[in-house]
Formats: sequence, C-alpha cells, structure tokens
Amino acid sequence: MAEPNIIGGLLGGALIGLAAALLLLLNGRIAGISGILGGIIKSDATGERFWRMAFICGLMLGAALYAFMRGGLPLRMQAAGPMLILAGLLVGFGTRLGSGCTSGHGVCGLARRSPRSLVATMIFMIVAALTVFLTRHFF
Amino acid sequence: MAAIVSALFIGALFGFGLAVSEMIDPARVIGFLDVTGTWDPTLLFVMGGALAVTLPGFPLILQRARPLLAEFFALPTQSKLDGSLIAGAIIFGIGWGIAGFCPGPALAALTSGSPGVALFVVAMIAGQWAGSLFEQQP
Repeated sequence: MAEPNIIGGLLGGALIGLAAALLLLLNGRIAGISGILGGIIKSDATGERFWRMAFICGLMLGAALYAFMRGGLPLRMQAAGPMLILAGLLVGFGTRLGSGCTSGHGVCGLARRSPRSLVATMIFMIVAALTVFLTRHFF
Repeated sequence: MAAIVSALFIGALFGFGLAVSEMIDPARVIGFLDVTGTWDPTLLFVMGGALAVTLPGFPLILQRARPLLAEFFALPTQSKLDGSLIAGAIIFGIGWGIAGFCPGPALAALTSGSPGVALFVVAMIAGQWAGSLFEQQP
C-alpha cells in the first residue's frame, strides 16, 4: 500500500465540502465542476455564465495560492500526448452525457441523497478502477 | 454582483482544498484506483472529509426558503436512472482511469503551467461541447 496523505486528505476534503455547502447556502447552486464548466460553454441563461466564470477563476486562484505558499503544486502526470487527449475527450463527453463528475455526483449528489448520483458515482469509480487495472497490469 | 464575488471566493476555497488534499495530483488518483497495485487510500479520506460537511450540511441548508444571495435553489430535476447517466458515467470513468484527472483538479492544475494539463483541458472542453450536441438530438 502506498503511504496515504490522511491529514491533507481529510482537511482538503473538508475544505471542498465547505465550499460545496457555501455555494448552496449563498448562491443556491450545486458545486459540480463539469456542470459549471459546461454552463460556460453552453448555457440556457446568460445570467448564469458570470458566476460560473468567477468560480472557475477562483478554482485556479485557490490552487495558485497553494502553489505560492508551498512552492509548487503536487502534480505527477500519469499520461502523455495522445492518451491525454483521449482521456480529456472522454472525461468531457462522459460528464456532459452523465450530468456530472466526482464533485457534482460524488460530493453534492450523495449529500442530496440522489439515487442517480449514487449509481453514477459507483459506476465511474468501478470503471475507472477497471481501466487502471487493464492499462497498468494487463497491457 | 454579490453572487459573483461569492462564487469567486468559494471557487478559491474549492481549488485550495483540491491542492491541500493532493487530488490535483493524478498519481494520487491513479494510486487510489489501482486496487490491485500499491493502493493509495487518500481519495477515501478526501471523500470522507467532504461528505462529513455536505451530508449533514445540505439538508440543513435546503430547509431554507431561499439561498442568501440568489432568488432560488437551482437543483437537478432529473430523477430517472436513464441510459445517458449510465453511459456517461462509464465514458467518464474510462477517461478518469487513463489520465487520473477529473474536471475540477484538471482546471485547478492549469495554474502549474504544465502543457500536458492544458492539452487535457482543451480536449475536455471539446468533449463537453461534443456531448452538448449529442444532448440536443431527439
């Protein structure tokens, strides 16, 4: 087993959960990153674009603040070139079709006790684990 | 205007949390998904930390008539387990397993200046756009 980051995981997770709760309390919106990004690319209401752009800017600023404080971001790439492009296409297409990702279904949907989110979260976790098994241990 | 400023600050909190939890690091994510290899349970602690706040927090917040800075709560209205949800989750899972990036960490990691992250994000936006075309079809 790899050495887990228990303190950072729990603390960072709590910050993510706090952000999701605050977005619901203040803005009345769900902190699903794929949905927020998708709403910028294609939105039914133009008034909904600005808070989404602000959120994504904030997301990057938060990571930049961490990098400034700690002298860099923890980032060890696991794919390159064409595989990275393929992965990006699949993640974008899949989260659009499936109405959510790890944050929208995983963090917010489960908190809303949504059966759709529970099913989606279980499926993408199992499929991702299978993908890792096939790409790391089989091929 | 207040809602836009709050979204900026909340986004920053979210992005900072992604970095603190190291979920911005694809090696941590692949390590979690690699159950038959050197399994790294960090992602479980991140989900646990987040759900410890949202599981009790969401029902409390949703008891309110309206949010503090908006007219109404905009919540997902779909409730059916349809083919799109399942197919989408499968497709997303494959992509997530290949690169170890989901949308939030990929966008937050853009600040590293890594060309690989930028490549992933451009492809992800193209994928979302393609998915949105698919949605419109009857």
